[in-house]
Formats: sequence, C-alpha cells, structure tokens
Amino acid sequence: MKLTLRVWRQKNADAEGAMSTYEVDNISCDMSFLEMLDTLNEELIVKGEEPVAFDHDCREGICGACSLVINGDAHGPERTTTCQLHMRSFKDGDTIDIEPWRAAAFPVIKDLVVDRSAFDRIIQSGGYISAPTGSAPEAHATAVPKPDADFAFEHAECIGCGACVAACPNGSAMLFTSAKVNHLNVLPQGAPERETRVLDMVAQMDTEGFGGCTLTGECATACPKGIPLPSIAAMNKEWLRATRKVNR
Amino acid sequence: MALATRTDRRPSLPRTVWDSTVGKKTVMAVSGLIMLLYLVAHMIGNLKIFFGPGDFNHYAHWLRTLGEPVMRWEWTLWVVRVGLVAAVVAHAVSAYQLSRRDIKARPSKYVHKKPRASYATRTMRWGGIILGLFIVWHILDLTTGTVHPGEYEHLHPYQNVIDTFSTWYGNVIYITAVVALGFHVRHGFWSAAQTLGVGNASRDRFLKTCANGLALLLTAGFVSVPVGVMTGVVS
Ligand code: HEM
Ligand code: SF4
Ligand code: FES
Repeated sequence: MKLTLRVWRQKNADAEGAMSTYEVDNISCDMSFLEMLDTLNEELIVKGEEPVAFDHDCREGICGACSLVINGDAHGPERTTTCQLHMRSFKDGDTIDIEPWRAAAFPVIKDLVVDRSAFDRIIQSGGYISAPTGSAPEAHATAVPKPDADFAFEHAECIGCGACVAACPNGSAMLFTSAKVNHLNVLPQGAPERETRVLDMVAQMDTEGFGGCTLTGECATACPKGIPLPSIAAMNKEWLRATRKVNR
Repeated sequence: MALATRTDRRPSLPRTVWDSTVGKKTVMAVSGLIMLLYLVAHMIGNLKIFFGPGDFNHYAHWLRTLGEPVMRWEWTLWVVRVGLVAAVVAHAVSAYQLSRRDIKARPSKYVHKKPRASYATRTMRWGGIILGLFIVWHILDLTTGTVHPGEYEHLHPYQNVIDTFSTWYGNVIYITAVVALGFHVRHGFWSAAQTLGVGNASRDRFLKTCANGLALLLTAGFVSVPVGVMTGVVS
C-alpha cells in the first residue's frame, strides 16, 4: 500500500505545531498502525530527519500507552487501541490525518505525545484500597456476588488510555474516572473508602482542568475497552450518596 | 499495621455541590425538573383556552386564589413565581459556568473534522439561550403587558393571548421558542436522569422514550394555542 500521512509535528510543549505531509510506500495490510509509523520513522532517520514521536509500550492492547487521533477518531476507525489497529482498515492511496489527543489537561509534550499524568493524579487521589499488601489472600475469603464481580471487572478493563477525553467535545474525564470509581466502589475490598474515593477523585478530576459531562456519548463510542456510558450515571449516584454520608 | 486516620474536615454540603462539576450538574438537573413540572402544569392550563373566554379567564382568576383561606390573593402565585425565578437563575448560572469550563478544557480543535454527535450539546446551549430570551419577552408580553401588542387587560388573559397571536412576530417568536423547548427537554430529561444517577443500561430505552414523549407532548400542547388563534378556532 502507498499512503499519504498528514502528521502533527511539534518540537516541544512551548513550540507552535503544524501538520506535515509524508508519503510511505510498501505498507503491508498486516502491519499494525504503529508498525506503519515505525516504517515512516526508519525512513526519516535514514534521511537524517527527526522521527515522529508517539507513545507505545505493550503493543498488545493492554497497557493504554498508545494514543493518536486518526482521521478524527481516537484510536482510529476500529474499536480497539491504535497498536491493535491494522492497516487492512485502510485502502491503497488513502490520506491519513494523525493528531495527538487534544485537551487542556493533556498538554502536548512533543509531536503526538501528550502528558497524561493528570490521570495518575486522579488515581492517586482515591483509586486504591487501604489493604495491607503481602502474599495474595485466599481467593474465597471475601465473597463477592457474581453480578458485582462482573460489574467490577467490566470497569477494571479501563486501561487509562485517555481516548474518552480526546473524543469528548468538553475534554471531560468522566468516563475514565467513573470506570475507576465503579471498579472499586462495588467491591467489599473497596468499601472502607467508598465515599472518600468518589469525592476525592471527582475533585481531583475538576482540579486538573477536565471539562464537565454533557452526556454527548462520544467517550463511550471511542473507548477501546467498551466502558459504557451508563457508568457515568453510576458514578453520579455514588457521588450523590457520598455527599450525603460524609456531610453529617 | 495501623493506617493514618484522616482528620481534615470536608467542606460543607452546599460548597461541595457548587464547587464540583458533578454537583453543579445536579443543580441543573433539579432546577430543570422543577421548571419542567411547572411547564407541564402550564401547558395543561393553557389548553383551557379552547373552552372559551369564560373558562380561561376564570382559570387565571382561580390561580390567584390558590391556597385560600390560608393564603391571601396571589400569595401562592408569588411563591411559585419566586421558586421559578430561583430555578431559572440557578439553571442559567450553572449552565454558563459549566459551559465556560467545557470550552476551556478543549482549547485546540482537531484539524481533521468529522461530523460529531455534539449536536445535543450545541442545541442545549443555543436552545437554552433562546428559552431565556423568550421567558423575558413572554413575561413582558403576557404577565406585565409592557411589550404587549394592543390593549393589555389585567386578568383578561384570553383577549391578551389572542392579541399576541394575531401578530406575525408573536407567532414566530413563540413557536420558535416552543420548538427549542422540545429539543431542550428531549436531551434534558434524559440527562437529568443520568446526572441524578437514575439511569442505567436496562432503563435507558425507557428513559429515552419518556424524554421523547414528554418533549412531544409539551411542544404539541403549547403550539396548539397559537395554531388555534391563527386558524380561528380560538377568537
Ligand atoms: C401555549 C403556550 C403558552 C401560553 C398561551 C402562555 C400563556 C401565559 C400567560 C397568559 C401567562 C400569564 C399568566 C397570568 O399572569 O395570568 C404566562 C406566564 C408565564 N409563562 Fe407562559 N404561556 C405559554 C407557554 C410558555 C412556555 C413554553 C414557557 C417557558 C419556557 C412559559 C413560561 C412562562 C413563564 C415563566 C411565565 C411567568 C409566570 C408568572 O408570571 O408567574 N410559557 N404564560
Ligand atoms: S474509559 Fe476507555 S477510553 Fe477512557 S481511559 Fe479507560 S479505556 Fe481509555
Ligand atoms: S501500546 Fe499498549 S495498549 Fe497500545
């Protein structure tokens, strides 16, 4: 396949960025999107140009490091991570626009790499349980009803990639935060911090400068892990419950 | 292992609510539902116009005697008015603050444009502004009579309504606002359910149907009055 790429290039956080056009040839449809970018970077290095900076780590869709808004879609046209997106989703001769996540809380560091440490600080503010660590406890020591376990697992699938924020017209982190809150709040292990967790994580989310939720639903459409939109309603319910419990 | 006990005090309930995006959205949901409840009653009341001037004017008179003998003339009406103004102000201020925050949170647009489903977001903001302006005009027209076309007669709303809907601009402003209201309620009702945590996957269809039904009912009910005047059914 022969492709035209229009890529966001930006030297550093303070520099002005712009779209640059590149041609790539001999792209196999079995390559992943990131392998296609590797091919481009190899050519750029041979030519003595600066390679395109982009985030990646596991390349198997589980770490949440890869990003990219491809032709206006976070993680591209398929519902998966960019590392698991294959070039067979594109046609020979296509022009592909590649941009970084856009949100005030995710400033661009370089090219397609953005700073997502705001997510880490949301997790630090309450995305934990206060159990002493050590050897794994006996699995049946704490009984968890099956529906609760399923609900927790569905939300535990969030890999913290930030596609929800990138897709949201308000740059809101409600889907991510709701995934993390719901995951722990439904489990007995998460019960001791049930109220403080949701209050602190929502407060941190606001402090980081993410927008509010207008229930547009772009986040859930973009999420590679299928975190559903009603997760936000579930977190709202936890938040309202917590304000009543804590303020007494 | 002993864990450190948290001793820091949390802000008061109103502070927590007003300082949080989730809390402010709750304020919008509650004030919106209050206005919605009022509008349903208002719409049903307006339909009395089809029973003639006697019925309609008597109804307007009765509104002022509501709650008697505990309340005096217009007391209940004023309580409702103050409550509604509070709801409108709370709704509008939260909407303004949240919208400003949302726009700031997404400063750079994507170069690659694609048709987005933010349709609801955009119509909510514009629709809300239209409704706000309409409410001001509507009160100046039919409650105070300040901008009323023709002779405004206190406690004779039947003739006042006919005057307004005998002008082309009266009909245009009114019908535009009522259509905007329909769209607003359509997304608003469902949104309020999500904000208040009532929504979940299995209830989603039901809530969406309710929102559409309510929007349709309100729009049809309100629009029927100017249509009635225009077609001569109400004269
Ligand atoms: C067929 C449609 C409507 C008719 C015929 C109508 C008529 C009236 C009349 C006659 C009054 C004055 C009542 C009185 O003092 O006797 C009034 C008040 C009011 N209407 Fe409407 N209205 C309609 C639709 C709407 C809509 C769609 C809204 C909201 C967006 C609305 C909001 C208000 C408000 C806020 C007041 C002031 C309430 C008060 O003075 O206490 N109305 N309306
Ligand atoms: S909710 Fe989905 S889109 Fe958002 S961070 Fe988690 S996995 Fe990524
Ligand atoms: S690189 Fe790990 S999820 Fe894509």
